[in-house]
Amino acid sequence: MTLNKVLVTVALGATILLTANPPSGFAQDSHVGNLSGSEGSGKQLYRRFCVGCHGPQGDGNGENAPWIDPKPRDFTAATFKCRSTPTGTLPTDDDLYHAIQRGFVTTNMPSWNPLTPQQRADLVAYIKTFSPRWKTEKPGPPIHIPAETAVTIESILHGRELFQKMECWKCHGPEGHGDGPSASTLTDSKDNPIHPYNFSTGSRFKCGETNQDLYRIFMTGVDGTPMPSFADVIQPNDAWDLVHFLRTLQVLRTQESTLWKKYVAEHAAEVKPIGPNAGGGR
Amino acid sequence: MRTELFLSVTGVVLLATAVGAGSPAPPANATISGKVTYTGTPPKMKPIDMAKEPSCAKQHATPVLTENVATGPENALQFVVVYISAGGSQAEPSTQVARYDQKGCQYLPHVLPMQTGQVLQIYNDDQTSHNIHPLAKVNPEWNKSQPAGSQPIDTKYEKPEFIPVKCNIHPWMHGYFVVLNTSHYAVTGQDGAFSLKGLPPGKYTVSAWQEQYGAQTQEVTITGAETKTVNFTFKALPY
Repeated sequence: MTLNKVLVTVALGATILLTANPPSGFAQDSHVGNLSGSEGSGKQLYRRFCVGCHGPQGDGNGENAPWIDPKPRDFTAATFKCRSTPTGTLPTDDDLYHAIQRGFVTTNMPSWNPLTPQQRADLVAYIKTFSPRWKTEKPGPPIHIPAETAVTIESILHGRELFQKMECWKCHGPEGHGDGPSASTLTDSKDNPIHPYNFSTGSRFKCGETNQDLYRIFMTGVDGTPMPSFADVIQPNDAWDLVHFLRTLQVLRTQESTLWKKYVAEHAAEVKPIGPNAGGGR
Repeated sequence: MRTELFLSVTGVVLLATAVGAGSPAPPANATISGKVTYTGTPPKMKPIDMAKEPSCAKQHATPVLTENVATGPENALQFVVVYISAGGSQAEPSTQVARYDQKGCQYLPHVLPMQTGQVLQIYNDDQTSHNIHPLAKVNPEWNKSQPAGSQPIDTKYEKPEFIPVKCNIHPWMHGYFVVLNTSHYAVTGQDGAFSLKGLPPGKYTVSAWQEQYGAQTQEVTITGAETKTVNFTFKALPY
């Protein structure tokens, strides 16, 4: 074999390798506010910051994944926890951008605030190349969040009744400690064990801090986990009542918990425990 | 009544179109039928303890058994989906509603076949909340709460897929949505029998799918108005 022949063979081989491994099949971009993210720049950033856990294929099987619980997100499924869109639909670019910015408390996903906004937008664009769903589907219509109702003891008491009636306690526990009768059996969509949120730990909420964020969770559900969407079965005013009650389960001193403590001090005999044999009423 | 009338009118129109089309369309009146059985020892189905949900427990005089390998007399295998996986023409969209019930903390039927795009209605007949969580991978995965007395959930699936369904609140509840590209499908009963009716002449691949033992296929050629017998045998393992 002459040197020329070898060179030609090597060049041919390289060409075949390059063509046989197209990046992702389609170009993706993202739009967050005034920013436009691009797949190409996102790929560079992903390879530097994300690949260790989420893996080169975006399937959540990075080299660190075996030691991480909960497991890194599998982007090939295009199922995301924190969305503003209905259950089963794709999230908006803003949802993904904020997830990267916020990080996920109680998991290994840190806040990527040190990256510039442009870099985060680029990452959003690249993450969308891992599932073909982004090619054929549009994000769902964002959930409308109406104005919050007043925080009153009536609202809290009604929220408490709903916590009983909607059977939130079966997973989250009668006191919100994440120890309901079904809690120990829960698994995520990949059959990994998963814990319901424990309101008494004082840890922040995964998908945002405000009452609006909490309201949104009822309506969107947390896809890929046992937490369902209540969008079809709860009215907006009722959902606000439930938000106000959930705030009383937290150890933080909130407007709601102050009201609730005062009520319990004055009406201890009327407050029935939540659980299988109780009405959850006053 | 109105719907029925409408359907029969549509039927007449369709018939008329078919007759008027010139070249006579081959009559679609062949049947593929048979029985699904197992060899070996299937696992023993376990009784389900519903004590955590008294409103469901009291609906069952004897404990309900798990259904992942349901068997009947003479080695019959129940809940096997038999369908045309290749051959034949493009399936007409279905006008029927596929109905799925949550009753006594069980899914009825345990395995529900349906066509892509077919309307699927999910009912909660229980006095307790369920969350219905179909673990789709090809289709979008969603998860909805359905408290006692709420409206049925109206939905559909666009892509063929075998989708496990579960309720996270009642972890013993397991079922399957089987979304198919064909309108020719059946689920075996306790006797393991099935029949696929109304088939025009042609070459077909018939598939049988069981949730634990996977799928088998057989080739069948239909020449006229005949009944072909196709039997499937799955090898059962005791675990």
